[in-house]
Amino acid sequence: MTMTMASAATETAGGVARNMPPSKMEVSGLDVYYGANQALYDVDMNVAEKRVSALIGPSGCGKSTFIRCLNRMNDIIESCKVSGNVLLDGSDIYARELDVVQLRARVGMVFQKPNPFPKSIYDNVAYGPRIHGLAENAGELDEIVENSLRRAGLFDEEADRMNEPGTSLSGGQQQRLCIARAIAISPEVILMDEPCSALDPIATAKVEELIDELKEDFTIAIVTHNMQQAARVSQYTAFFHLGKLVEFGDTERIFTNPDEKRTQDYITGRFG
Amino acid sequence: MPEHTVTSYDDELNQMTGTILRMGGMVEQQLADAITALVTRDPELAARVIADDQPVDRLEHEIDHLVMRLLALRQPMAVDLRLITASLKISSDLERIGDYAANVAKRASVLSQVEPMRPVAVIPRMSQTVQGMIKDVLDAYMARDAEMALAVWRRDEEVDEIYNSLFRELLTYMMEDPRHITPCTHLLFIAKNIERMGDHATNIAETIAFLVTGTPLDEARPKGDTTPFATAPELPAVSGSEEA
Repeated sequence: MTMTMASAATETAGGVARNMPPSKMEVSGLDVYYGANQALYDVDMNVAEKRVSALIGPSGCGKSTFIRCLNRMNDIIESCKVSGNVLLDGSDIYARELDVVQLRARVGMVFQKPNPFPKSIYDNVAYGPRIHGLAENAGELDEIVENSLRRAGLFDEEADRMNEPGTSLSGGQQQRLCIARAIAISPEVILMDEPCSALDPIATAKVEELIDELKEDFTIAIVTHNMQQAARVSQYTAFFHLGKLVEFGDTERIFTNPDEKRTQDYITGRFG
Repeated sequence: MPEHTVTSYDDELNQMTGTILRMGGMVEQQLADAITALVTRDPELAARVIADDQPVDRLEHEIDHLVMRLLALRQPMAVDLRLITASLKISSDLERIGDYAANVAKRASVLSQVEPMRPVAVIPRMSQTVQGMIKDVLDAYMARDAEMALAVWRRDEEVDEIYNSLFRELLTYMMEDPRHITPCTHLLFIAKNIERMGDHATNIAETIAFLVTGTPLDEARPKGDTTPFATAPELPAVSGSEEA
Protein backbone atom coordinates (compact mmCIF):
# COMPACT_ATOMS: atom_id res chain seq x y z
CA MET A 1 0.00 0.00 0.00
CA THR A 2 1.35 3.40 -0.92
CA MET A 3 0.76 6.35 1.31
CA THR A 4 1.18 10.01 0.59
CA MET A 5 0.34 13.09 2.54
CA ALA A 6 -1.61 15.93 1.02
CA SER A 7 1.01 18.27 -0.37
CA ALA A 8 1.69 21.11 2.03
CA ALA A 9 0.57 24.52 0.88
CA THR A 10 3.41 26.58 -0.49
CA GLU A 11 2.01 30.01 -0.95
CA THR A 12 4.33 32.26 0.95
CA ALA A 13 6.64 33.40 -1.79
CA GLY A 14 6.47 37.07 -2.67
CA GLY A 15 3.55 37.92 -0.43
CA VAL A 16 0.92 36.44 -2.73
CA ALA A 17 -1.46 33.68 -1.68
CA ARG A 18 -3.07 31.17 -3.97
CA ASN A 19 -6.53 32.02 -5.30
CA MET A 20 -6.08 35.57 -4.13
CA PRO A 21 -8.58 38.10 -5.50
CA PRO A 22 -7.18 40.98 -7.60
CA SER A 23 -4.70 43.17 -5.77
CA LYS A 24 -5.66 46.71 -4.86
CA MET A 25 -2.10 47.56 -3.91
CA GLU A 26 1.10 45.88 -5.01
CA VAL A 27 4.33 46.41 -3.16
CA SER A 28 7.63 45.15 -4.46
CA GLY A 29 11.26 45.53 -3.45
CA LEU A 30 10.35 47.94 -0.67
CA ASP A 31 13.32 49.19 1.38
CA VAL A 32 12.86 51.79 4.09
CA TYR A 33 15.57 53.56 6.07
CA TYR A 34 15.29 55.85 9.06
CA GLY A 35 18.61 57.65 8.76
CA ALA A 36 21.23 54.91 8.80
CA ASN A 37 18.84 52.26 10.16
CA GLN A 38 17.13 50.02 7.69
CA ALA A 39 13.56 49.32 8.83
CA LEU A 40 12.31 47.22 5.89
CA TYR A 41 14.25 44.87 3.64
CA ASP A 42 13.05 44.13 0.12
CA VAL A 43 9.40 43.53 1.00
CA ASP A 44 7.07 42.17 -1.66
CA MET A 45 3.42 42.01 -0.73
CA ASN A 46 0.03 42.42 -2.35
CA VAL A 47 -3.04 43.84 -0.64
CA ALA A 48 -6.14 42.05 -1.91
CA GLU A 49 -9.09 44.16 -3.00
CA LYS A 50 -12.09 44.22 -0.63
CA ARG A 51 -10.40 41.93 1.82
CA VAL A 52 -8.79 42.47 5.19
CA SER A 53 -5.04 41.93 5.33
CA ALA A 54 -3.50 41.75 8.78
CA LEU A 55 0.12 42.55 9.56
CA ILE A 56 1.54 40.92 12.65
CA GLY A 57 4.95 40.71 14.25
CA PRO A 58 6.86 41.78 17.35
CA SER A 59 7.47 45.43 18.15
CA GLY A 60 9.96 47.02 15.81
CA CYS A 61 9.46 44.40 13.09
CA GLY A 62 8.49 47.01 10.50
CA LYS A 63 4.78 46.35 10.16
CA SER A 64 3.75 49.91 11.02
CA THR A 65 6.48 51.27 8.77
CA PHE A 66 5.10 49.12 5.99
CA ILE A 67 1.51 50.27 6.40
CA ARG A 68 2.63 53.91 6.58
CA CYS A 69 4.31 53.52 3.20
CA LEU A 70 0.95 52.70 1.66
CA ASN A 71 -0.29 56.29 1.91
CA ARG A 72 3.06 58.01 2.23
CA MET A 73 2.68 58.85 5.90
CA ASN A 74 6.43 58.35 6.16
CA ASP A 75 6.95 61.47 4.01
CA ILE A 76 6.45 63.53 7.17
CA ILE A 77 9.52 61.98 8.78
CA GLU A 78 12.52 63.81 7.46
CA SER A 79 15.14 61.12 7.89
CA CYS A 80 12.95 58.50 6.26
CA LYS A 81 13.99 57.18 2.87
CA VAL A 82 11.74 54.86 0.87
CA SER A 83 12.69 52.92 -2.24
CA GLY A 84 10.90 50.25 -4.21
CA ASN A 85 7.50 50.13 -5.85
CA VAL A 86 4.15 50.79 -4.24
CA LEU A 87 1.33 50.60 -6.74
CA LEU A 88 -2.30 51.58 -6.18
CA ASP A 89 -4.47 50.17 -8.98
CA GLY A 90 -1.28 49.71 -10.95
CA SER A 91 0.09 53.26 -10.65
CA ASP A 92 3.07 54.28 -8.58
CA ILE A 93 2.06 56.26 -5.49
CA TYR A 94 5.60 57.60 -5.11
CA ALA A 95 5.50 59.14 -8.63
CA ARG A 96 6.77 62.73 -8.69
CA GLU A 97 3.57 64.23 -10.12
CA LEU A 98 1.31 62.51 -7.61
CA ASP A 99 -0.76 64.68 -5.27
CA VAL A 100 -0.30 63.29 -1.77
CA VAL A 101 -3.51 64.88 -0.50
CA GLN A 102 -5.45 63.09 -3.23
CA LEU A 103 -3.62 59.87 -2.43
CA ARG A 104 -4.61 60.09 1.24
CA ALA A 105 -8.22 60.69 0.18
CA ARG A 106 -8.06 57.34 -1.61
CA VAL A 107 -6.02 55.62 1.09
CA GLY A 108 -7.36 56.66 4.49
CA MET A 109 -5.95 55.88 7.90
CA VAL A 110 -7.17 55.12 11.40
CA PHE A 111 -4.65 55.35 14.22
CA GLN A 112 -4.01 53.57 17.46
CA LYS A 113 -5.27 56.32 19.72
CA PRO A 114 -8.63 57.77 18.80
CA ASN A 115 -7.86 61.31 17.66
CA PRO A 116 -11.10 63.19 17.00
CA PHE A 117 -10.73 66.85 16.04
CA PRO A 118 -11.68 69.29 18.77
CA LYS A 119 -14.95 69.84 16.98
CA SER A 120 -18.49 68.54 17.14
CA ILE A 121 -19.31 64.98 16.20
CA TYR A 122 -20.95 66.29 13.05
CA ASP A 123 -17.99 68.45 12.04
CA ASN A 124 -15.51 65.65 12.65
CA VAL A 125 -17.21 63.60 9.95
CA ALA A 126 -18.09 66.57 7.72
CA TYR A 127 -14.53 67.89 7.70
CA GLY A 128 -13.16 65.62 4.96
CA PRO A 129 -16.10 65.87 2.57
CA ARG A 130 -15.98 69.68 2.97
CA ILE A 131 -12.33 70.13 2.10
CA HIS A 132 -12.55 67.65 -0.76
CA GLY A 133 -15.76 69.28 -2.02
CA LEU A 134 -17.72 66.04 -1.99
CA ALA A 135 -21.08 67.63 -1.14
CA GLU A 136 -23.00 70.07 -3.39
CA ASN A 137 -25.11 71.43 -0.56
CA ALA A 138 -25.94 71.13 3.11
CA GLY A 139 -28.47 68.38 2.50
CA GLU A 140 -25.92 66.21 0.73
CA LEU A 141 -23.39 66.82 3.48
CA ASP A 142 -25.96 65.80 6.10
CA GLU A 143 -26.52 62.62 4.15
CA ILE A 144 -22.82 61.78 3.95
CA VAL A 145 -22.39 62.41 7.67
CA GLU A 146 -25.42 60.35 8.58
CA ASN A 147 -24.39 57.45 6.32
CA SER A 148 -20.85 57.42 7.62
CA LEU A 149 -21.96 57.50 11.25
CA ARG A 150 -24.54 54.84 10.54
CA ARG A 151 -21.94 52.55 8.98
CA ALA A 152 -19.70 53.08 11.98
CA GLY A 153 -22.62 52.14 14.22
CA LEU A 154 -22.66 55.55 15.88
CA PHE A 155 -25.71 57.19 14.37
CA ASP A 156 -28.33 55.37 16.40
CA GLU A 157 -26.34 55.86 19.58
CA GLU A 158 -25.59 59.55 19.08
CA ALA A 159 -28.21 60.92 16.64
CA ASP A 160 -29.30 63.68 19.03
CA ARG A 161 -25.78 64.67 20.15
CA MET A 162 -24.44 65.76 16.74
CA ASN A 163 -23.32 69.13 18.06
CA GLU A 164 -21.49 67.90 21.09
CA PRO A 165 -17.73 67.66 20.92
CA GLY A 166 -16.27 64.42 19.50
CA THR A 167 -14.03 64.22 22.52
CA SER A 168 -17.07 63.80 24.78
CA LEU A 169 -17.60 60.28 23.45
CA SER A 170 -16.21 57.17 25.11
CA GLY A 171 -12.90 55.76 23.82
CA GLY A 172 -14.57 53.08 21.71
CA GLN A 173 -17.05 55.56 20.28
CA GLN A 174 -14.24 58.00 19.52
CA GLN A 175 -12.47 55.28 17.53
CA ARG A 176 -15.63 54.54 15.60
CA LEU A 177 -16.01 58.29 15.03
CA CYS A 178 -12.51 58.28 13.52
CA ILE A 179 -13.54 55.38 11.30
CA ALA A 180 -16.69 57.28 10.28
CA ARG A 181 -14.46 60.26 9.51
CA ALA A 182 -12.19 58.05 7.41
CA ILE A 183 -15.02 56.54 5.36
CA ALA A 184 -16.84 59.87 4.89
CA ILE A 185 -14.55 60.74 1.99
CA SER A 186 -15.18 57.34 0.36
CA PRO A 187 -11.61 56.10 0.31
CA GLU A 188 -10.73 52.91 -1.55
CA VAL A 189 -8.28 51.62 1.02
CA ILE A 190 -8.40 52.02 4.80
CA LEU A 191 -5.20 51.51 6.79
CA MET A 192 -5.58 50.79 10.47
CA ASP A 193 -2.66 50.96 12.83
CA GLU A 194 -3.57 49.13 16.05
CA PRO A 195 -7.13 50.50 16.00
CA CYS A 196 -8.28 48.56 19.06
CA SER A 197 -5.30 48.57 21.38
CA ALA A 198 -6.73 51.40 23.48
CA LEU A 199 -10.23 49.93 23.62
CA ASP A 200 -12.07 47.62 26.00
CA PRO A 201 -13.25 44.19 24.75
CA ILE A 202 -16.79 45.31 23.92
CA ALA A 203 -15.63 48.38 22.00
CA THR A 204 -13.05 46.13 20.31
CA ALA A 205 -15.76 43.68 19.27
CA LYS A 206 -17.79 46.55 17.81
CA VAL A 207 -14.81 47.80 15.80
CA GLU A 208 -14.10 44.26 14.58
CA GLU A 209 -17.71 43.85 13.52
CA LEU A 210 -17.39 47.17 11.70
CA ILE A 211 -14.21 46.05 9.93
CA ASP A 212 -16.02 42.92 8.80
CA GLU A 213 -18.81 45.01 7.28
CA LEU A 214 -16.48 47.58 5.74
CA LYS A 215 -14.62 44.99 3.70
CA GLU A 216 -17.70 44.76 1.45
CA ASP A 217 -16.74 48.15 0.05
CA PHE A 218 -13.21 48.89 1.13
CA THR A 219 -9.81 47.30 1.00
CA ILE A 220 -8.42 47.13 4.52
CA ALA A 221 -4.92 46.65 5.90
CA ILE A 222 -4.62 46.40 9.66
CA VAL A 223 -1.64 46.29 11.96
CA THR A 224 -2.36 44.53 15.22
CA HIS A 225 -0.49 43.15 18.19
CA ASN A 226 -3.48 41.05 19.08
CA MET A 227 -3.09 37.81 17.16
CA GLN A 228 -6.57 36.59 17.97
CA GLN A 229 -7.79 39.81 16.42
CA ALA A 230 -5.75 39.22 13.27
CA ALA A 231 -7.14 35.69 13.13
CA ARG A 232 -10.70 36.93 13.61
CA VAL A 233 -10.89 39.85 11.20
CA SER A 234 -8.50 39.14 8.35
CA GLN A 235 -8.49 36.90 5.31
CA TYR A 236 -4.76 37.29 4.69
CA THR A 237 -1.97 37.59 7.21
CA ALA A 238 1.60 38.80 6.82
CA PHE A 239 4.16 38.05 9.50
CA PHE A 240 7.04 40.52 9.75
CA HIS A 241 10.23 40.05 11.71
CA LEU A 242 13.33 42.24 11.84
CA GLY A 243 12.18 44.25 8.85
CA LYS A 244 11.50 41.28 6.62
CA LEU A 245 8.28 39.72 5.46
CA VAL A 246 8.74 36.20 6.81
CA GLU A 247 5.50 34.64 5.68
CA PHE A 248 2.32 35.65 3.93
CA GLY A 249 -0.79 33.59 3.27
CA ASP A 250 -4.40 32.74 4.05
CA THR A 251 -5.11 33.71 7.63
CA GLU A 252 -6.54 30.32 8.44
CA ARG A 253 -3.40 28.56 7.28
CA ILE A 254 -1.04 30.98 9.00
CA PHE A 255 -2.76 30.35 12.33
CA THR A 256 -3.28 26.61 12.01
CA ASN A 257 -0.32 25.37 10.00
CA PRO A 258 2.28 27.99 9.08
CA ASP A 259 5.18 27.01 6.82
CA GLU A 260 7.88 29.00 8.59
CA LYS A 261 9.26 28.03 11.96
CA ARG A 262 9.59 31.68 12.98
CA THR A 263 5.90 32.26 12.29
CA GLN A 264 5.00 29.19 14.29
CA ASP A 265 7.16 30.28 17.22
CA TYR A 266 5.68 33.77 17.19
CA ILE A 267 2.01 32.86 17.00
CA THR A 268 2.30 30.09 19.57
CA GLY A 269 4.11 32.35 22.03
CA ARG A 270 7.53 30.73 21.82
CA PHE A 271 9.44 33.74 20.62
CA GLY A 272 12.95 33.99 22.01
CA MET B 1 10.45 22.78 19.81
CA PRO B 2 11.46 25.81 21.89
CA GLU B 3 9.57 26.44 25.09
CA HIS B 4 6.77 28.93 25.49
CA THR B 5 7.58 32.33 26.92
CA VAL B 6 4.93 31.55 29.54
CA THR B 7 6.26 28.39 31.20
CA SER B 8 3.00 27.48 32.93
CA TYR B 9 1.55 26.99 29.42
CA ASP B 10 4.18 24.30 28.79
CA ASP B 11 3.42 22.76 32.18
CA GLU B 12 -0.25 22.46 31.28
CA LEU B 13 0.51 20.95 27.87
CA ASN B 14 2.88 18.46 29.50
CA GLN B 15 0.25 17.56 32.05
CA MET B 16 -2.20 16.86 29.22
CA THR B 17 0.19 14.69 27.19
CA GLY B 18 1.30 12.89 30.36
CA THR B 19 -2.31 12.06 31.17
CA ILE B 20 -2.86 10.68 27.64
CA LEU B 21 0.20 8.46 27.99
CA ARG B 22 -0.93 7.24 31.39
CA MET B 23 -4.36 6.45 29.99
CA GLY B 24 -2.74 4.64 27.05
CA GLY B 25 -0.61 2.54 29.37
CA MET B 26 -3.70 1.59 31.34
CA VAL B 27 -5.73 0.40 28.34
CA GLU B 28 -2.71 -1.48 27.00
CA GLN B 29 -2.55 -3.37 30.31
CA GLN B 30 -6.32 -3.82 30.33
CA LEU B 31 -6.21 -5.57 26.96
CA ALA B 32 -3.24 -7.76 27.94
CA ASP B 33 -5.00 -8.82 31.14
CA ALA B 34 -8.28 -9.51 29.35
CA ILE B 35 -6.50 -11.88 26.98
CA THR B 36 -4.66 -13.58 29.84
CA ALA B 37 -8.00 -14.02 31.59
CA LEU B 38 -9.37 -15.63 28.44
CA VAL B 39 -6.44 -17.99 27.88
CA THR B 40 -5.95 -19.00 31.53
CA ARG B 41 -9.73 -19.16 32.12
CA ASP B 42 -9.42 -16.84 35.11
CA PRO B 43 -12.74 -15.12 36.06
CA GLU B 44 -11.11 -13.18 38.89
CA LEU B 45 -8.65 -11.51 36.59
CA ALA B 46 -11.52 -10.84 34.17
CA ALA B 47 -13.43 -9.08 36.96
CA ARG B 48 -10.39 -6.91 37.69
CA VAL B 49 -10.17 -5.88 34.02
CA ILE B 50 -13.83 -4.85 34.10
CA ALA B 51 -13.25 -2.80 37.24
CA ASP B 52 -10.18 -1.17 35.66
CA ASP B 53 -12.45 0.60 33.21
CA GLN B 54 -13.45 3.18 35.79
CA PRO B 55 -10.04 4.80 36.31
CA VAL B 56 -9.68 5.00 32.51
CA ASP B 57 -12.98 6.85 32.28
CA ARG B 58 -11.84 9.18 35.02
CA LEU B 59 -8.69 10.01 33.08
CA GLU B 60 -10.79 10.77 30.02
CA HIS B 61 -12.77 13.31 32.04
CA GLU B 62 -9.55 14.76 33.36
CA ILE B 63 -8.32 15.27 29.79
CA ASP B 64 -11.64 16.88 28.76
CA HIS B 65 -11.18 19.30 31.61
CA LEU B 66 -7.53 20.06 30.79
CA VAL B 67 -8.39 20.63 27.13
CA MET B 68 -11.23 23.01 27.91
CA ARG B 69 -9.02 24.94 30.27
CA LEU B 70 -6.23 25.24 27.72
CA LEU B 71 -8.64 26.37 25.01
CA ALA B 72 -10.27 28.93 27.25
CA LEU B 73 -7.18 30.34 28.92
CA ARG B 74 -4.40 30.05 26.34
CA GLN B 75 -6.06 30.61 22.97
CA PRO B 76 -3.73 28.04 21.41
CA MET B 77 -2.52 28.46 17.83
CA ALA B 78 -0.99 26.28 15.13
CA VAL B 79 0.92 23.27 16.47
CA ASP B 80 -0.36 23.84 20.03
CA LEU B 81 -3.93 23.93 18.79
CA ARG B 82 -3.40 20.74 16.83
CA LEU B 83 -1.82 19.02 19.84
CA ILE B 84 -4.73 19.97 22.07
CA THR B 85 -7.51 18.94 19.68
CA ALA B 86 -5.59 15.76 18.79
CA SER B 87 -5.28 14.86 22.47
CA LEU B 88 -9.00 15.29 22.97
CA LYS B 89 -9.70 12.89 20.10
CA ILE B 90 -7.04 10.42 21.19
CA SER B 91 -8.45 10.27 24.70
CA SER B 92 -11.87 9.29 23.40
CA ASP B 93 -10.31 6.60 21.16
CA LEU B 94 -8.40 5.25 24.16
CA GLU B 95 -11.54 5.27 26.26
CA ARG B 96 -13.28 3.14 23.62
CA ILE B 97 -10.35 0.71 23.55
CA GLY B 98 -10.72 0.37 27.32
CA ASP B 99 -14.44 -0.35 26.92
CA TYR B 100 -13.71 -3.08 24.41
CA ALA B 101 -11.12 -4.62 26.71
CA ALA B 102 -13.73 -4.74 29.48
CA ASN B 103 -16.13 -6.39 27.03
CA VAL B 104 -13.55 -9.03 26.14
CA ALA B 105 -13.08 -9.67 29.87
CA LYS B 106 -16.84 -10.15 30.40
CA ARG B 107 -16.98 -12.77 27.66
CA ALA B 108 -13.75 -14.41 28.92
CA SER B 109 -15.45 -14.87 32.24
CA VAL B 110 -18.43 -16.60 30.57
CA LEU B 111 -16.13 -18.77 28.44
CA SER B 112 -14.22 -19.94 31.51
CA GLN B 113 -17.33 -21.81 32.53
CA VAL B 114 -17.72 -23.89 29.35
CA GLU B 115 -15.61 -26.41 27.46
CA PRO B 116 -12.40 -24.88 26.02
CA MET B 117 -12.55 -24.16 22.29
CA ARG B 118 -9.64 -24.61 19.91
CA PRO B 119 -9.94 -21.23 18.05
CA VAL B 120 -9.17 -19.50 21.37
CA ALA B 121 -5.52 -19.97 20.40
CA VAL B 122 -5.78 -17.48 17.52
CA ILE B 123 -7.06 -14.68 19.76
CA PRO B 124 -3.75 -13.97 21.60
CA ARG B 125 -1.95 -13.67 18.25
CA MET B 126 -4.52 -11.16 17.02
CA SER B 127 -4.45 -9.30 20.30
CA GLN B 128 -0.65 -9.13 20.28
CA THR B 129 -0.74 -7.28 16.97
CA VAL B 130 -3.27 -4.80 18.36
CA GLN B 131 -1.33 -4.39 21.61
CA GLY B 132 1.74 -3.62 19.53
CA MET B 133 -0.24 -1.06 17.55
CA ILE B 134 -1.46 0.65 20.72
CA LYS B 135 2.03 0.74 22.17
CA ASP B 136 3.62 2.08 18.99
CA VAL B 137 0.94 4.67 18.39
CA LEU B 138 1.47 6.01 21.92
CA ASP B 139 5.21 6.15 21.26
CA ALA B 140 4.47 8.02 18.03
CA TYR B 141 2.34 10.47 20.02
CA MET B 142 5.09 11.02 22.55
CA ALA B 143 7.74 11.47 19.84
CA ARG B 144 5.40 13.41 17.47
CA ASP B 145 6.51 10.95 14.81
CA ALA B 146 4.23 10.84 11.76
CA GLU B 147 6.17 8.01 10.10
CA MET B 148 5.80 5.76 13.11
CA ALA B 149 2.09 6.58 13.22
CA LEU B 150 1.77 5.66 9.55
CA ALA B 151 3.43 2.30 10.18
CA VAL B 152 0.71 1.59 12.77
CA TRP B 153 -1.92 2.75 10.32
CA ARG B 154 -0.74 0.18 7.78
CA ARG B 155 -0.69 -2.66 10.31
CA ASP B 156 -4.45 -2.51 10.72
CA GLU B 157 -4.76 -4.61 7.58
CA GLU B 158 -2.99 -7.48 9.32
CA VAL B 159 -5.57 -7.41 12.13
CA ASP B 160 -8.42 -7.40 9.65
CA GLU B 161 -6.95 -10.43 7.89
CA ILE B 162 -6.66 -12.43 11.11
CA TYR B 163 -10.20 -11.43 11.96
CA ASN B 164 -11.52 -12.55 8.57
CA SER B 165 -9.93 -15.96 8.77
CA LEU B 166 -11.04 -16.43 12.37
CA PHE B 167 -14.57 -15.46 11.38
CA ARG B 168 -14.64 -18.22 8.76
CA GLU B 169 -13.11 -20.75 11.11
CA LEU B 170 -15.71 -20.02 13.81
CA LEU B 171 -18.52 -20.39 11.30
CA THR B 172 -17.32 -23.89 10.44
CA TYR B 173 -17.18 -24.85 14.11
CA MET B 174 -20.70 -23.64 14.67
CA MET B 175 -22.01 -25.58 11.70
CA GLU B 176 -20.23 -28.70 12.82
CA ASP B 177 -21.98 -28.83 16.17
CA PRO B 178 -24.75 -26.55 17.43
CA ARG B 179 -23.37 -26.87 20.97
CA HIS B 180 -20.42 -24.81 19.77
CA ILE B 181 -22.64 -21.89 18.88
CA THR B 182 -22.63 -20.23 22.32
CA PRO B 183 -18.86 -20.27 22.93
CA CYS B 184 -18.10 -19.49 19.27
CA THR B 185 -20.43 -16.48 19.34
CA HIS B 186 -18.59 -15.17 22.38
CA LEU B 187 -15.27 -15.71 20.61
CA LEU B 188 -16.60 -13.98 17.53
CA PHE B 189 -17.54 -10.93 19.59
CA ILE B 190 -14.16 -10.99 21.31
CA ALA B 191 -12.44 -11.03 17.94
CA LYS B 192 -14.67 -8.23 16.70
CA ASN B 193 -13.86 -6.20 19.81
CA ILE B 194 -10.14 -6.65 19.23
CA GLU B 195 -10.58 -5.74 15.58
CA ARG B 196 -12.38 -2.54 16.66
CA MET B 197 -9.52 -1.71 19.02
CA GLY B 198 -7.21 -1.90 16.00
CA ASP B 199 -9.50 0.55 14.22
CA HIS B 200 -9.26 2.97 17.12
CA ALA B 201 -5.46 2.65 17.15
CA THR B 202 -5.63 3.45 13.43
CA ASN B 203 -7.76 6.53 14.19
CA ILE B 204 -5.15 7.65 16.67
CA ALA B 205 -2.44 7.15 14.03
CA GLU B 206 -4.38 9.39 11.64
CA THR B 207 -4.81 11.99 14.35
CA ILE B 208 -1.07 11.97 15.04
CA ALA B 209 -0.19 12.30 11.36
CA PHE B 210 -2.40 15.41 11.26
CA LEU B 211 -0.96 16.71 14.52
CA VAL B 212 2.57 16.51 13.12
CA THR B 213 2.04 17.59 9.51
CA GLY B 214 -1.03 19.79 9.71
CA THR B 215 -2.54 18.07 6.68
CA PRO B 216 -4.94 15.14 6.80
CA LEU B 217 -3.95 11.79 5.30
CA ASP B 218 -5.31 11.88 1.79
CA GLU B 219 -5.73 8.18 1.19
CA ALA B 220 -8.66 6.06 2.28
CA ARG B 221 -7.72 3.95 5.27
CA PRO B 222 -7.05 0.25 4.77
CA LYS B 223 -10.41 -1.50 4.97
CA GLY B 224 -9.81 -5.20 5.36
CA ASP B 225 -12.87 -6.43 7.22
CA THR B 226 -14.79 -8.30 4.51
CA THR B 227 -17.04 -10.24 6.89
CA PRO B 228 -20.08 -7.98 6.30
CA PHE B 229 -20.23 -9.64 2.87
CA ALA B 230 -19.47 -13.19 4.04
CA THR B 231 -21.92 -16.02 3.55
CA ALA B 232 -21.96 -19.40 5.30
CA PRO B 233 -19.39 -21.81 3.94
CA GLU B 234 -20.43 -25.11 2.37
CA LEU B 235 -21.16 -27.61 5.10
CA PRO B 236 -18.45 -30.17 5.71
CA ALA B 237 -19.38 -33.29 3.77
CA VAL B 238 -19.45 -35.65 6.82
CA SER B 239 -23.21 -35.91 7.19
CA GLY B 240 -23.60 -35.90 3.44
CA SER B 241 -27.38 -35.90 2.89
CA GLU B 242 -28.35 -32.15 3.01
CA GLU B 243 -27.95 -31.44 -0.66
CA ALA B 244 -30.73 -32.81 -2.78
